[in-house]
Amino acid sequence: MTESRTIKVEALTRVEGEGGLYVRLEGERVDDVKLSIYEPPRFFEAFLRGRALEEVPDITARICGICPVAYQMSAVHALEAALDVTISPEIRRLRRLLYCGEWIESHALHMHLLHAPDFFGVDSGIDLAGRFPDEVNRGLRLKKHGNELLEVLGGRAIHPINVAVGGFYKAPKKDDLLRLLPDFEWGLEAAIATTRWVATLDFPDFTRAYDMVALQHPDEYAMNEGHVASTSGSAVAVEDYEDHYEEFHVEHSTALHSGRTAGHSSYHVGPLARINLNHEQLFPKARRLADETGIDWPCWNPFQSIVARGLELVHAYEEAIAIIRNYKPFSPPRIEYQHRASSGCAATEAPRGLIYHRYEVDDAGLVTFAKIVPPTSQNQQQIEADLRDWLPRVLDGDDDHIARECERLVRCYDPCISCSTHFLKLTVDRGEQA
Amino acid sequence: MSTETGHKQPQSRARPKLAVVKFASCDGCQLSLLDCEDELLAVAGVVDIAYFLEATSRIVPGPYDVALVEGSITTAHDAQRIQDIRQQSKYLITIGACATAGGIQSLKNWADHEEFLRAVYAHPEFISTLATSTPIANHVAVDFELRGCPINRHQLVEVIAALVAGRKPRTPTHSVCLDCKRRGTVCVEVAQGIPCLGPITQTGCGAICPAYDRGCYGCFGPAAQPNCSSLTDHYEATGSTREQLVPLLRNFNAAAPEFQTASDRLMANSDTEAQS
Repeated sequence: MTESRTIKVEALTRVEGEGGLYVRLEGERVDDVKLSIYEPPRFFEAFLRGRALEEVPDITARICGICPVAYQMSAVHALEAALDVTISPEIRRLRRLLYCGEWIESHALHMHLLHAPDFFGVDSGIDLAGRFPDEVNRGLRLKKHGNELLEVLGGRAIHPINVAVGGFYKAPKKDDLLRLLPDFEWGLEAAIATTRWVATLDFPDFTRAYDMVALQHPDEYAMNEGHVASTSGSAVAVEDYEDHYEEFHVEHSTALHSGRTAGHSSYHVGPLARINLNHEQLFPKARRLADETGIDWPCWNPFQSIVARGLELVHAYEEAIAIIRNYKPFSPPRIEYQHRASSGCAATEAPRGLIYHRYEVDDAGLVTFAKIVPPTSQNQQQIEADLRDWLPRVLDGDDDHIARECERLVRCYDPCISCSTHFLKLTVDRGEQA
Repeated sequence: MSTETGHKQPQSRARPKLAVVKFASCDGCQLSLLDCEDELLAVAGVVDIAYFLEATSRIVPGPYDVALVEGSITTAHDAQRIQDIRQQSKYLITIGACATAGGIQSLKNWADHEEFLRAVYAHPEFISTLATSTPIANHVAVDFELRGCPINRHQLVEVIAALVAGRKPRTPTHSVCLDCKRRGTVCVEVAQGIPCLGPITQTGCGAICPAYDRGCYGCFGPAAQPNCSSLTDHYEATGSTREQLVPLLRNFNAAAPEFQTASDRLMANSDTEAQS
């Protein structure tokens, strides 16, 4: 007779949005793992229909307060594909700069306030500040830099107002960007120090054979454009994304799961996927630092995603500094276009991983169809698969210990549950005594 | 508090217990607390962050002195949960447009909910939600409302500082229009004919949109005593269409009473004209 038991995490902490975890064990065997997402759905894809396409970047920003720029960038690129708009190199560079701001803010937040506490057994970044005041304060400063860049270029840090289909409402003044430089030069060195710090953390010896997926671009570390590459060797055009990756609806979640169309197999998106696929294209200091970390890239240990975030933090500072130094104000700030009935899609790299949007629009410029695939719903199936492998290693304790260890693994993905509107709850089911 | 050290400090009072609670929302308003990078550790020193899932794994059960509530009510479960939170909280403060006015998700209040479910989910039967998105004040008494999509973090710090000091928070209720004058922003409506909600929208954002050459789209909801019909009549008379004005009013504060009345009035006018 085997003992079966249930372990539940009613509310995952230090993740964005709300979800839980449910695990059912039959003796030492993992019977069921569900990341349940009970975040109430908000129906963005439904109420976008009938709205003017010009409103889409403002509305989709509200899917996520942590990564609004990811939604704005994906939306405008998809709509520009529909309208056959080619943006200028100046607009393209400013969009990368805006994304750098979001990567800096989001990565600094996750590394210091959400993820690092797990490596020291403390409850929060605020508690971590008691032991590591210099490191946490440095992290907060980095986070602030990201927000300041978003404020100058986007108007504000959360839900920026300056992103438009075709470009920007207003190009920033050179002086306003230049004023950021002294902080960013300090921040670059601080980000390097932070990355060296997180590379020394005590990582569990846990690796998996992931199918990692990220954008790849011939000329640059992919952010806004590229083809959908994977560590299993596939490479598909963004236009063909939906033929190869599919969303499906499972009962325990208000998020849609994603999998490879072939066999619904899980895949992994995010900073670790990007670094594994594209680390040769990092800016020089980030590239050198990748070699110094002692990690033999590609890396298959999800806990080391914090190092990948650190490398991207360094990269984002380097690239932001380069763009700001070379910036010349330009006019007009956005490319004009004509409305036409069409459809278009785009994928960009949110801080948490690949994000895909597709829209259909009519002659009057109104949205008639919207499809949004956020990074966390793509990772959800992968997280559940990881937990099945991770659980047998953490069963040597009480339910609280097991639940904590499961949450640690979930956090490696920096899940954003609010994003996965159509998207997590850990409950461990060790069942009742058989 | 001071009993641990064995001596009483005459001025000390217990740190208020703070809960940050989320309903249907994007997390942006609670993120605003973590975005107070300069004040965060100080805030954590003066209030006891007892429940804040996004920031800490430490969960202290209620009652709480202050609950900051983000998000709107869209499920039967959440309608019950807000009652529990109200009972456990001495002060309940809503943060942001979702909690204060129902948020962008209140657009479903005007739509066919069943059709929305079918549009997004392959198995609508797995989803249980209410047909409406409603503000917290529709369900329980609210002690203070902090507006914005997102809220202004300086206003959030002001609210927390006021609570700790035992005074009323000072958040202005004048319109965005006045802040454009203060900033010296040239009026986008007057100079460029762009429909702008600045005259009827409460300040708080710092009047950023007109400073970036675009019209205000109402993130902080209706200002005190807004004359919405006068403004929309003016915009219609100067060439804006109802197809432009209704969505402008129906976004992040669509269900704020003054904005809702104004957008419904425009729609009713359209219907009357269509019939005559």
